[in-house]
Amino acid sequence: MANYTYEHTPDRGATAGVLAYLGTACAVLLLMMLVGLLMRLEQAQIIDLGANWFYELMTLHGAGMVGIAGIAGAAVMWHFLRQYVELSPAIFMANLALFLVGVAMIIGSIVFGHFHAAWTFLYPMPSKAMGMWSQEAAALFMGGLLVIGVGFLLMHLDIARAIIARYGNFARALGWPQLFVHDDGKAPPPTVVASTMVTIVNIVGLVVGASILTMMLVNLYLPEFTIDPMLAKGMIYFFGHVFINATIYMAVIAVYEILPRYTQRPWKANRVFLASWSASTLMVMFIFPHHLLMDFAFPQWMLIMGHIIGYLNTVPILVVTGYGALMIVFRSGIRWDMASRLLFLSLFGWAAGAMPAFIDGTITVNYVMHNTLWVPGHFHTYLLLGMVAMVFGFIYYLGKPAQHVRESWLDRAAFWGFTSGALGFTLSFLYAGKESVARRYAVHLPEWLPYDRAGSLFAALVVASSLIFVLRFFSRLGAAGRDYARAPLAQGAAA
Amino acid sequence: MMQEIAWQLSLVLMTLVALGFGFVAINSGVRVEDYTPLQKRAYRIRSKLFWTLVAVLGPAMIYTLLDLPYGTSRAGHKAGPAQVVEATGHQWRWELSRDRVVRDQPVEFRVTSADINHGFGIYDADMHLVAQTQAMPGYTNTLRHTFTADGTYRILCMEYCGIAHHNMMSEIKVGSL
Ligand code: HEM
Ligand SMILES: [Cu+2]
Ligand SMILES: [Cu+2]
Repeated sequence: MANYTYEHTPDRGATAGVLAYLGTACAVLLLMMLVGLLMRLEQAQIIDLGANWFYELMTLHGAGMVGIAGIAGAAVMWHFLRQYVELSPAIFMANLALFLVGVAMIIGSIVFGHFHAAWTFLYPMPSKAMGMWSQEAAALFMGGLLVIGVGFLLMHLDIARAIIARYGNFARALGWPQLFVHDDGKAPPPTVVASTMVTIVNIVGLVVGASILTMMLVNLYLPEFTIDPMLAKGMIYFFGHVFINATIYMAVIAVYEILPRYTQRPWKANRVFLASWSASTLMVMFIFPHHLLMDFAFPQWMLIMGHIIGYLNTVPILVVTGYGALMIVFRSGIRWDMASRLLFLSLFGWAAGAMPAFIDGTITVNYVMHNTLWVPGHFHTYLLLGMVAMVFGFIYYLGKPAQHVRESWLDRAAFWGFTSGALGFTLSFLYAGKESVARRYAVHLPEWLPYDRAGSLFAALVVASSLIFVLRFFSRLGAAGRDYARAPLAQGAAA
Repeated sequence: MMQEIAWQLSLVLMTLVALGFGFVAINSGVRVEDYTPLQKRAYRIRSKLFWTLVAVLGPAMIYTLLDLPYGTSRAGHKAGPAQVVEATGHQWRWELSRDRVVRDQPVEFRVTSADINHGFGIYDADMHLVAQTQAMPGYTNTLRHTFTADGTYRILCMEYCGIAHHNMMSEIKVGSL
């Protein structure tokens, strides 16, 4: 086995582009969290917006959150990948510009056109509006998604180009020579391996997504061009699953890059690491039938494949990435500050959320839990307590005014508020799912209200804590752009 | 029942993950400079963890595949002629060919949709979901279920279908003839 030692890499500040990404992501994130809170309050019957507003907000929240998760993940990946390969800042900015255009189209479609077919826009719902929205509103929404997709596709193509220019091909960038032939200790760094994986799966996912969007746009204006609803559903979930999961695989790069700087211990791409990322590349693409487990007419072998990969998929998360973080932190003398705390928490959130997720992917469980609140229960765990915590850790890191800073009680209170709020919020979803509360219901039955009320309270705590994180970041944008060492040496570490 | 198991199991597993992270956080303060021996030990523990996962999750994964709810593949469902219920989803109501069935005799729901995707979820008298399948236009999903208790069951829509999705409820009475 090759031996890996820690080497210090100098710490770069964020470019203006990365800061623009993060600023956009943080602002939209807060707004969408407020929208989420409104939905929860509506379900708890504390406020009364009406079903129309609820479903419009639900569509906005779903599309908005998935979109900014992509933007924030891309910012993390681009920031660190730039250390190893030559990326194009112009294409990076083009993606953000297209994103903003797409967002404007989506907001227009929902707010002015009253479109509310959910971010999953299942065929043929957008065209069967029952008079609730116009054809133009549906076209604007799907067109907006398409524009955003094209932006991301451009960015990933540029990343693919840069990786191939430096490493020759994807197989080398995934470390296959080290994995399959001989581990000479010179595998590409984790950031490159992860970026390659994300680039491969997202290019495939985005092409599939753009195809179904285009097909549905054609169908909108040429109804005689019909689409098989099962094919449409498969394509939408393939794209949706890949894209949202890729946001986690991008954001986790922050953990791979930053925790070693705090612990002065290596997190290198050894064979187990490489094997797990290559496996994840395949699994994230072939797991999508787990969204169709209740479509009994879907080919059964694919459903069983979804079930099995659901189990396999937890192994790399737990045994490689989660465990890897535990390894380098254990007896490391790490100094806990907001950045290191949030990054450590994020891997807990990811690993913990994977538990109810794979259980849901069990066909016999899915039979009585599919499309209950169990589902938002597990995905909010790994997205909010996992992916978003990674991003918050990253912005605290970038914004650190100096290597050693005394943090105010306010930030620390916000950390614990976020942690407990997010746990309470997701557990209230999971518990409601256990009690068979259906998801995506504007109006809940009286016996469901207690979970909604508890959930609202915890959600408010999450929003308040996140507000503090984001305001802190906005007040530190100057520091975030400068080059200097941010991670403090571990206690007792040899300098 | 299944829901209870899923919940308890999730809580146990999530707690185990939390304990792992908590244990390491508590033991993070004092540095051991030489990482190599720590790493060696950690890799050994990781192998054990991996094989434990394989030993526990592997059988669970296979065992849960033995009784799939798909059509005729469901083992153990009662013999005898099935009572057929044709169920069609519409925006926003259920059309059922009959709304009374007999207990302890298999019921075969043939579920489809006349417009967009809906979900056919059967709730018992305590409002717990006992069975479901999707209602997709152009496809018929066959759901076999044998009711073992009398009462009024409710059909709820389990796939988002628009403004009245949450109102798309219907009833089925189960009796003993
Ligand atoms: C304060 C934080 C948040 C709150 C209060 C919140 C609240 C909600 C609520 C109430 C729902 C609808 C549940 C239902 O089906 O009845 C929902 C759905 C959803 N949320 Fe969140 N959420 C939050 C954060 C996030 C984050 C961080 C993400 C992703 C990064 C996210 C992504 C989604 C998605 C994709 C849906 C599904 C929408 C749909 O069913 O069409 N949420 N959220
Ligand atoms: Cu419906
Ligand atoms: Cu519905």
